[in-house]
Amino acid sequence: MRKVAIYGKGGIGKSTTTQNTVAGLAEMGKKVMVVGCDPKADSTRLLLGGLAQKTVLDTLRLEGEDVELDDVVKAGFRGTRCVESGGPEPGVGCAGRGIITSVNLLEQLGAYDVNQFETDYVFYDVLGDVVCGGFAMPMREGKAQEIYIVCSGEMMAMYAANNISKGIVKFAEAGGVRLGGLICNSRKVDNEQNMIEAFAKKLGTQMIHFVPRDNMVQRAEINRKTVIEYDPTHPQADEYRSLARKIDENKMYVIPTPLEIEELEALLIEYGVVD
Amino acid sequence: MAKIEMDPLRWKQEVLKKYPSKIAKKRDKSIVVHEGPENITKIQSNVRTIPGIITQRGCTYAGCKGVVLGPTRDIVNLVHGPIGCSFYAWLTRRNQTLPPTPESPNYMMYAFSTDMQDSNIVFGGEIKLKQACREAFEIFKPKAIGIFSTCPVGLIGDDVHAVAREMKAELGINIFGFSCEGYKGVSQSAGHHIANNALMKHVIGLNDNAPEGKYKINMLGEYNIGGDAFELERILAKCGITMNASFSGNSTMEQFERAHMADLNVVMCHRSINYVAEMMETKYGIPWFKVNFIGADATAKSLRKIAEYFGAQELKDQVEKVIAEEMATVKKAIDEIRPRTEGKMAMMFVGGSRAHHYQELFTELGMSTLSAGYEFGHRDDYEGRRVIPTITVDADSRNIEELTIEKDEAKYRARKTEEELKALDEKGLGFNDYEGMMKDMAKGTLVIDDLSHYEMEKLIEAYHPDVFCAGIKEKYCVQKMGIPLKQLHSYDYGGPYAGFEGAVNFYKDIDMIVNTSVWKLIKAPWEAEPVIEAEYAA
Repeated sequence: MRKVAIYGKGGIGKSTTTQNTVAGLAEMGKKVMVVGCDPKADSTRLLLGGLAQKTVLDTLRLEGEDVELDDVVKAGFRGTRCVESGGPEPGVGCAGRGIITSVNLLEQLGAYDVNQFETDYVFYDVLGDVVCGGFAMPMREGKAQEIYIVCSGEMMAMYAANNISKGIVKFAEAGGVRLGGLICNSRKVDNEQNMIEAFAKKLGTQMIHFVPRDNMVQRAEINRKTVIEYDPTHPQADEYRSLARKIDENKMYVIPTPLEIEELEALLIEYGVVD
Repeated sequence: MAKIEMDPLRWKQEVLKKYPSKIAKKRDKSIVVHEGPENITKIQSNVRTIPGIITQRGCTYAGCKGVVLGPTRDIVNLVHGPIGCSFYAWLTRRNQTLPPTPESPNYMMYAFSTDMQDSNIVFGGEIKLKQACREAFEIFKPKAIGIFSTCPVGLIGDDVHAVAREMKAELGINIFGFSCEGYKGVSQSAGHHIANNALMKHVIGLNDNAPEGKYKINMLGEYNIGGDAFELERILAKCGITMNASFSGNSTMEQFERAHMADLNVVMCHRSINYVAEMMETKYGIPWFKVNFIGADATAKSLRKIAEYFGAQELKDQVEKVIAEEMATVKKAIDEIRPRTEGKMAMMFVGGSRAHHYQELFTELGMSTLSAGYEFGHRDDYEGRRVIPTITVDADSRNIEELTIEKDEAKYRARKTEEELKALDEKGLGFNDYEGMMKDMAKGTLVIDDLSHYEMEKLIEAYHPDVFCAGIKEKYCVQKMGIPLKQLHSYDYGGPYAGFEGAVNFYKDIDMIVNTSVWKLIKAPWEAEPVIEAEYAA
């Protein structure tokens, strides 16, 4: 079972990319579980065709100790198993602690039991930046082994990717987590592909795929579906299939070498300023 | 001084030598070889403890909930947090209380807690806190509820003040919150300040009905450990002085509410309560001065200061009469005991005033204090309030709210004219002043702030004090070294030690402690018998 976590700046398209990629893997016949680690609980919406009814934390709160795995795991597109960690409403409590509690509970309930579920992949889709220890939970020992960072050629997205890499270094030294690559979710920034390829190289990793921007993604989302499900013949569906295949075949796992701020800015100037 | 076996300066150098250089540099400023009362030097205090050092200090929550508000019997002190914070702060200070009738409200034997669970951390604990307020109200119908924040509450951002406001409106009783998360500030001292602020904001001045009496005072910074307050109440009543409010030994909510009706504030524990004294002077015009009721002579002196302040001859006469009467008993006790305690040596590391006050009692016993220090004192507690303008305000202090207090036009009443205050000050009343511990310590003594465990062991090894005074955390380590330890936080099982009868109790207890040979007979098993020899496996 491969355990994958997707990180990246808030709003970069982590959930969309994750779900479309998972749909691609499911199409290939892989058994996949998706664990949404975002209090908004919208990481599995496209696979489920709508929001999950109950999150892990809601269930825990309402049912107390008698939580069954079936209460929190819902079947989505092509048998993908979908879980939402959930969390407090904005401005109260501690969402980070919520993720820790939730991931621990899933383990206790045997959600990751390979014999029972024959799972090929677990995907953790984690909220925005790694703001506190709770959001680093999927990186800790025994959880995700490979991380993909979704980014674009926009400066703040690259800053975030660099910061996340710093987090990976910390946990890589203590455990087995490795960076599998950058996924460039295009924002149509000048020279974007070259810049992210160069950035990936400096981080010691690869740009595993360049996902072009296409309005089809938006259209599918409005219909609560992944592109692969909504319009399987569309070229954008092939992009996600291609990303899924590349992840499936990936052999490059590294401890990243994060950049100094000056280095990162120099990169932006070199590639980003087009005369 | 009888038995100095190592020059204090050499002791200090030896101790510092063991520390890494950066730490030695910092500790150097907190360990002072006293140059005498006439030449008080600067001592570093109220700064963060160095991580890794075993400190005596407690947390901000302990200072706020445990120390200042803990002894008030009719406030439901509700701890918002996991149960441990409440359980381990439950009656451990041995502060006593005496309700007038068996039916009178007394919640001190209860531990009120919201008992936060994982899901309260994740989703926020405000709902549970409201529930707890309603429940407490339903069961006890208290006059007031105080809500105390523990560390996790601060981390997840529960707004205890908003909950307090909402519940106050809903339940119609006084409810107030304290942002006294344990990690705030460098020690429990921050918690005292936070407690003072909230009392000033939410309680003091609410009730204008003062008790009958010609000479009304508030006793500030007396916490009724082992019944100290009962003894002081007895003495004051005998003198004809009315205790309008006590902060907070054997106190009630009503006393706090009417505190502004007193004509004088006397301050015992300077560190924990001076803020309220200052603020009440600005807002209501009540002058304050420092007193000390620990030690028979100190008690007599403090009573005379109070009588002098009010100025009435009848009061002065009565005070003298009481002193003469009480001192007869005290003298009888000390004459009998002192030959056995004379020349012995004590060390004390407690509080922000106790390590100073108790030196009085040891002096009465003919004992010297070779070394003393505070856990959470500030420079003014050591060097005197004159240094306050020179104390650097660091980020840790800025973290604590500083109230801006203005004169209450309706309730302000000048108790004395400027001239009267000046004349009284010249008679030695010392308004708004505290001269600090070092003023009363001999040249060549060691003054140490935030004593570390290592330093404590080195003090004992070098000087073999006859008694070491500290708290429960130090007690058994010290006693295993063959030195008796007297707890000056909880008094072990003893007390009261304040006032005249208290002094006699203390003489007797110290006599027993320093003259028993049991500590010299203690040997660890490995000192008495050969140990089993073993090697590490390869």
